[in-house]
Amino acid sequence: MNKLKKKINLAKKKWEEFVDNREPIIYVGAASCGRAAGALDLLSDINRFIEENRVKAKVVEVGCIGPCYLEPLVDVKMPGEPRVSYNNVTAKTLQNILKAHFQEGIPFAKAAIGHFGTNSYHDIPRFYELPMLKPQVRIVLRNCGLINPEDIDQYLAVDGYQGLMKALQMPPDDVIGVVRQAGLRGRGGAGFPTFKKWTVCRNAPGEQKYLICNADEGDPGAFMNRSLIESDPHAVLEGMLIAAYAIGASKGIIYIRAEYPLAIERLKTAIAQMREYGLLGTKILGSNFNFDIKIKEGAGAFVCGEETALIGSIEGKRGMPKSRPPFPAISGLHGCPTIINNVETMGTLPNILRNGAEWYTKYGKEGNRGTKTFSLVGKIRRPGLIEVQLGTPLREIIFDIGGGVQKTFKAIQTGGPSGGCLSEEFLDLPVDYESLASVGSIMGSGGLIVMDEDTCIVDVAKYFLDFTQKESCGKCVPCRVGTRHMVELLDKITHGEGTADDLLSLRNLGDTIKKGALCGLGQTAPNPVLTTLRYFRNEYLEHIKDQRCRAAVCKDLIEYRVIKEKCTGCQSCVRVCPTGAITGPRSEPHNLDVTKCIKCRSCYEICRFDAIAGDAIVIRTAEKRS
Amino acid sequence: MPEPIRTILAKHSREPDELIPVLQDVQKEYGYISAESVRGISKYLRISENTIYGVSSFYAQFRFTEPGRHSVKVCLGTACHVRGGATLLEMLERGLGIHCGETTEDKRFGLDRVACLGCCALSPVVQIDKEIYSRVTVNKLTEQLKEYE
Repeated sequence: MNKLKKKINLAKKKWEEFVDNREPIIYVGAASCGRAAGALDLLSDINRFIEENRVKAKVVEVGCIGPCYLEPLVDVKMPGEPRVSYNNVTAKTLQNILKAHFQEGIPFAKAAIGHFGTNSYHDIPRFYELPMLKPQVRIVLRNCGLINPEDIDQYLAVDGYQGLMKALQMPPDDVIGVVRQAGLRGRGGAGFPTFKKWTVCRNAPGEQKYLICNADEGDPGAFMNRSLIESDPHAVLEGMLIAAYAIGASKGIIYIRAEYPLAIERLKTAIAQMREYGLLGTKILGSNFNFDIKIKEGAGAFVCGEETALIGSIEGKRGMPKSRPPFPAISGLHGCPTIINNVETMGTLPNILRNGAEWYTKYGKEGNRGTKTFSLVGKIRRPGLIEVQLGTPLREIIFDIGGGVQKTFKAIQTGGPSGGCLSEEFLDLPVDYESLASVGSIMGSGGLIVMDEDTCIVDVAKYFLDFTQKESCGKCVPCRVGTRHMVELLDKITHGEGTADDLLSLRNLGDTIKKGALCGLGQTAPNPVLTTLRYFRNEYLEHIKDQRCRAAVCKDLIEYRVIKEKCTGCQSCVRVCPTGAITGPRSEPHNLDVTKCIKCRSCYEICRFDAIAGDAIVIRTAEKRS
Repeated sequence: MPEPIRTILAKHSREPDELIPVLQDVQKEYGYISAESVRGISKYLRISENTIYGVSSFYAQFRFTEPGRHSVKVCLGTACHVRGGATLLEMLERGLGIHCGETTEDKRFGLDRVACLGCCALSPVVQIDKEIYSRVTVNKLTEQLKEYE
């Protein structure tokens, strides 16, 4: 342990020199989302600027700080000045930013979104005072976007691995005690108390025990785990060490989606660094604790997020769930006691051990302690990765942090495809495990999808069910046959061919699947349909009785029209129409032949963005069929 | 057995646990799992060919036909769906004249859907080879495809 303490002191010194910065530092947010927004191009532009102008500066790739709508983000920290953050940086603004800092010696305040200093600075607001950040409590995400995820020294310098050192000084039972006192519940979705699972595993007989970190984040619309691993991999790995020590495991596995190549890369780098620092292997930090970690890439099956299916997949089998008991904590991987914890649970552990259980219970509320990360997406003004205390009302998340919706708010789906769709009347519902369950939804792993009036509720319910149906492993009948039948009924309704009886069948099927399915996938699959039937019944009825889709989404119930008064006859739409449905000479309003139209959206898009008139093509609900 | 398969197999132990990692490595090398690869894996890991097909066809990652020169993956995650991902897939199916999961006759493009690329805030997204395109529109995508030969 003394060796690590020395390394920590060195790392702190290195960090102080780094932050003290006699040299300017340029930070680029280069997690997957930043890269998709063009961060890597900016990175090479920055390096070119440094070379051409012969300036001295360090360039650091950091992870994701959360507000995805601001990507790509570039921060500049000049010696003695606070770090200034610039949002939605283009190649052109980048030049202005760099010129301002390096040639004029002032920030390019016009394009800055916030600074990280303590005092006021050039009329730029403080970053953490921004409306999106202010209501958040960042415990799991505390380092994201601030440190270099590929440098263990930076993690050590911000008190990394202190939690592990504290844990190793206690007997394992006391570590479990701290987690119990902190009231931590599993962040993978079900919210089962972490200490209970651990206690069972610790007391289970067996020489070999396994610890698995579940990073198979399969929920479409959720990216919390990806961001955390890409931005702060050591936090997750430290959590794994603490958990393994507590339950007495000597082998650890990270089961991660193959679709996350950057996250896998960063984990590999981090694990190599841990080996070098004596944080993996035998007699870790001079204690009697031995542990090693292997990475297993998932192969694309949503059901493998379920514990027993995940174990099957690691064993090289089809990822099909088994009936429980026995629970994996007693008989899991290769029949040995196994604990599976989610990435976020792991990421929380170092903080609890470092700061103590009492500190953690200050956040959240009775029975729902601490914070939860969410990916807030859909029709929201400020989408991104957020972290709030459990018990925060939905309204605060959607409107204060997310900035509300552009059009009219319609619904929010919590818990991903197996969650429920909640209407406006639930906006004041506190987000905790029990409150969400009481209205037919779930916490899930933390996907929040916001929908506005342009989203068709029936279409969304069909989408979710279609997803779970395709991912059903086929082992038990209720899930295999039942979800299929439900999708067919929903399909009928979206085509305008549904009947009132179909709604009754949907409810009966949903209730049966919930009761009869073998695993969590089946038991939660009907949730989107059951909740929308409850809270948005009118929209179903409109599809059935009036063949009307008020959001103008269901293809069979809508048509495209040219508004003659608006159309200038610029011919943009004529050029992109793949079926020749739009005709008309230049400068005269065009004609749209609805019998030829395949509703591909090309004309609508081009009219909105590139045409002279703009918005002359509309999508609207078709007349009622006779 | 072709040399590359031999090299891949040599990197893994002969435990049944290694089946999925082996399949992943084979797919990385060849782009798909051929009948010949399955035979090689079967001998090495002492698992029947049937079991190997059973396992590999369970997972979305594995494909059994030769892929195109460029892989086009349309994200159909929730956020992308709400913002029009399905329309993009339809347009690609029509434009390329193939169904999802197939390869064009000239082997230029292979088309697939993915459950989520994790870039939900930039939706809808489409991945062509290793590049992820964000906030894609039907017309933008048509232009983009022309850059891939």
